[in-house]
Amino acid sequence: MKTLTDSSFNEDLINNDLILVDFWAEWCGPCKLVAPILEEIERDKGGALTVGKLDIDENLDVARRFEVMSIPTMILFKKGEPVARIVGAKSKNAILRELESHF
Amino acid sequence: MTERIKVAIIGSGPAGLTAAIYTARANLEPVVIEGEISSTSDQPGGQLMLTTEIENFPGFINGIEGPELMGNFKAQAERFGAKIHSAKVSKVDFSERPFKLWTSDELEEEEPTYLAESVIISTGARSLMLGIDRELELIGHGVSTCATCDGFFFRGKEIAVVGGGDSAMEEAIFLTKFASRVFLIVRRGELRASKIMAERALKNEKITVIWNSVVTKLNGEKALSSIEITNTIDSSVSQLEVSGLFVAIGHVPNTDVFGKQIELDENGYINTSKGTYTSVEGIFACGDVQDHTYRQAITAAGSGCMAAIDVERWLENHQ
Repeated sequence: MKTLTDSSFNEDLINNDLILVDFWAEWCGPCKLVAPILEEIERDKGGALTVGKLDIDENLDVARRFEVMSIPTMILFKKGEPVARIVGAKSKNAILRELESHF
Repeated sequence: MTERIKVAIIGSGPAGLTAAIYTARANLEPVVIEGEISSTSDQPGGQLMLTTEIENFPGFINGIEGPELMGNFKAQAERFGAKIHSAKVSKVDFSERPFKLWTSDELEEEEPTYLAESVIISTGARSLMLGIDRELELIGHGVSTCATCDGFFFRGKEIAVVGGGDSAMEEAIFLTKFASRVFLIVRRGELRASKIMAERALKNEKITVIWNSVVTKLNGEKALSSIEITNTIDSSVSQLEVSGLFVAIGHVPNTDVFGKQIELDENGYINTSKGTYTSVEGIFACGDVQDHTYRQAITAAGSGCMAAIDVERWLENHQ
């Protein structure tokens, strides 16, 4: 998984046609459960999808810009535009169901 | 592929994992169907996964974090050979032995995932929601099911916690770390929380209690901006400007999947007798799914141990 920051974010959107951004923080229990699942999904998709993690403790600007008020929140960006949003930790199957139509 | 097992344990909170430790040490090779991850209390590890410090679990002089405690329970069960299966039980057939269990990760519905000689149900309870309009839609936009996850976003803001029990006190006190003011909305004119928790909350300068009141409406377009409160005595209605709402009004047992196959009480909790026996021979229940009185990690763990001993003896007599 790629580590994203407030300063890298705009470029990350330009450079990745399909990127799933995981808004997380060290103190969030459910975030820790969801991280390995996102890694697995990225591996399964073999290059078709980039997964980036954004630590909201250090990068509050992007979190604010996309009105993230709960973590984990995962937003899928297609060509720079948000196309899907998942709030809360979910199982692999449930996450895939939300993303599937955008591949 | 259907697997034949001696003991299936459904749920992985303190009750289920204690049952797993005991049955694994008794060489019963238990399989724990631990649940699916979520941001609600209905998740592997159970309700403690969303709590912070636990001060009253015996053996931890300085307290322990909920997720850490549950990680320890799980590691201890695995050390003795308990198998952990990350899925939810999606269907059961308790009409004959061996019992049939299907899990959420199996797409083929035909064959059960497990044929189990005995079953321990420890699916616990989950937090109740208010059940009012727009509540689900506003989760992640001001309405939260996880104070420890979302408290951070309400730094310097005014928020509300609904409930009068221990979980509501815990959440309200925790949230004062971030929020400038926490309104505690209590249905009655008194708190049903334990004395120590109630005192802590009432003493906290950032907490303002609104007595005899219920939340009746959520306002805000994209995110919560205010809530409507109705007084339970004179039915007067008022608006409270808050950007966050945390609900801790009680629990419901996770027994939906068992349907009418096992005897439940009028609130959906499993009826147990003679320790952890249920209405179906060979099926046992422990923890919050059969206990709406004590609901503590230690009592759940204790009843998990009882279920393991009951299963072991029952299997000896029914081989």
